[in-house]
Amino acid sequence: MSNQEIQELEVKAKEIRRWIIKMLAEAGSGHPGGALSCTDIITALYFKIMNHKPDNPKWEDRDRFVLSKGHSCPALYSALALSGYFPTSELMRLRKLDSFLQGHTDMTATPGVEMSAGSLGQGLSVAGGMALAAKLDKKKFRVYVVLGDGESQEGQIWEAAMACAHYKLDNLCAFLDYNKLQIDGPVNEVMVIEPIVDKFKAFGWNTIEIDGHDMHQIIYATNEANITYGKPTMVIAHTIKGKGVSFMEGKVGYHGVAPTKEEEQKALLELE
Amino acid sequence: MAELMATRDAYGETLVKLGIENKDIVVLDADCSSSTRTSLFKEKFPDRFFNFGIGEANMMGFAAGLASCGKTVFASTFAVFGSARVFDQIRTSIAWPKANVKIVVTHAGISVGEDGASHQAIEDLALMRSLPNLTVIVPADGIETEKAVITAAKDSTPFYIRLGRAKFPIVFSDDYEFKIGKGTILKQGNDVTIIAIGLMVFEALQAAAELQKEGIKARVINMSTIKPIDKDIIIQAAIETGAIVTCEEHSIIGGLGSAVAEVLVENNPVAMKRIGVKDRFGLSGKPDELLERFEMKSTHIVQAVKEVMMKKS
Ligand SMILES: Cc1ncc(C[n+]2csc(CCOP(=O)(O)OP(=O)(O)O)c2C)c(N)n1
Repeated sequence: MSNQEIQELEVKAKEIRRWIIKMLAEAGSGHPGGALSCTDIITALYFKIMNHKPDNPKWEDRDRFVLSKGHSCPALYSALALSGYFPTSELMRLRKLDSFLQGHTDMTATPGVEMSAGSLGQGLSVAGGMALAAKLDKKKFRVYVVLGDGESQEGQIWEAAMACAHYKLDNLCAFLDYNKLQIDGPVNEVMVIEPIVDKFKAFGWNTIEIDGHDMHQIIYATNEANITYGKPTMVIAHTIKGKGVSFMEGKVGYHGVAPTKEEEQKALLELE
Repeated sequence: MAELMATRDAYGETLVKLGIENKDIVVLDADCSSSTRTSLFKEKFPDRFFNFGIGEANMMGFAAGLASCGKTVFASTFAVFGSARVFDQIRTSIAWPKANVKIVVTHAGISVGEDGASHQAIEDLALMRSLPNLTVIVPADGIETEKAVITAAKDSTPFYIRLGRAKFPIVFSDDYEFKIGKGTILKQGNDVTIIAIGLMVFEALQAAAELQKEGIKARVINMSTIKPIDKDIIIQAAIETGAIVTCEEHSIIGGLGSAVAEVLVENNPVAMKRIGVKDRFGLSGKPDELLERFEMKSTHIVQAVKEVMMKKS
């Protein structure tokens, strides 16, 4: 991985962040904080790591991506548009009537979206099902999933953690977008999830702890996952909610509140 | 006495037949495989059977993921755990995305018997019927179970198929043709119509035979597809017979009775009565004792028919 490639990914991530701000400001509603925190992971996946064909979204051997925290879809929609699944102009129709960019991911509506989501806690099971299908068919594709840290309070996450390890789904690589905030405040005040690395380890996962905004580390983690046999990989990615927009960073208030037109201008200046 | 067969036995045997023909079929269970009879599939095709332990929500998610990668997925457990407990998972991961998942549940209704209220799913149809994209079927016997399961396997959309624990009397012959969304007239008659599902189809037929002796000609309809429901057959029955009694092994709220009432009230309202569990939880007891206690035997259907006929306009 050359420094130039890394820089290109960073430029792409910035572009995605700009789109997130623009589309949410235009929609007047939506969730900026969690979209901005997982942007670097999604950028790395779509522009470096995953095998996929935007001109053939249903290509059988494509790697699969599941955004379990469906409210962060602006990051995914932007990555899909910039990959070429649909024109970027569509992004400005987010959440509007008859747009194929629904408020939460709808796999029957959007080209490139692999799974519908929005009710938290279900994505890891679904991703596990995809990984199991790959094993059954002896296919080489890999499955990636992004979970929220608050989301991991759901019991189903731990049912899935157990099952993915039981079925030795080493073709599955999950990212926990550990931005430390949920709706009602800091995750560890609402419902403590620590020691989260030990928990996944105890459930039989390969675990890697990284800075989720460092492209080098994101790519390193997926490479590690790739050469880990017999168990799935959980990448605990330390992130900042609202990353990239100074007045949103670490602010619980920007979980589900769209930027105003003024805030949009301010944010876009920062993301030049 | 009619020949008996458990719908769940028919399910397990049909899965095995389907497994031979279709390599894309996978079967999931949540630690109930010996009771749901998916164990028959497990024995034949261990590589395509997956147990999820006591984790139904996760099983439904895995089902959706497998389906999205081209598998035809059968996911089974008891009706209580395969409906209410995982309603959100079915809603978000299966019905909304139109996943090719067949949720086939067993041990539905009060005929579960001695296990009592915790295990007697009498609200599942109300829940499942409210979900778009989901086809909801309640077979009346083993023969219809086989046909419904085969039909579902050939379709790529999600299904909820509700089976029982007890042995049901056989009401269909082998040449019966099952069609999604079509009710079947099992007995002709123009005085009144009895619409039934599941185990209650047999009770309805018995009631009709009793009524016949008294000169009342009851039409009996098996409405195995609860959703999409056969509106035409209901409207026709309303016009031609002027009174309807519904029979289901389910709460009278939200199931077959409600579905029929919805069609009637928007098209051709007629006098109607609902036989089923009257807004209460179940009880321990022998299946037959429970049907008697909950006033769901053929004698009660006869009574309801007489009452509803008095209201005919
Ligand atoms: C099952 C469920 N419960 C509640 C919600 C409402 N909700 C939406 S986002 C959210 C907080 C998510 O926090 P986290 O997983 O940490 O996501 P992030 O901080 O990355 O946005 C909640 C509670 C939901 N979507 N699903």
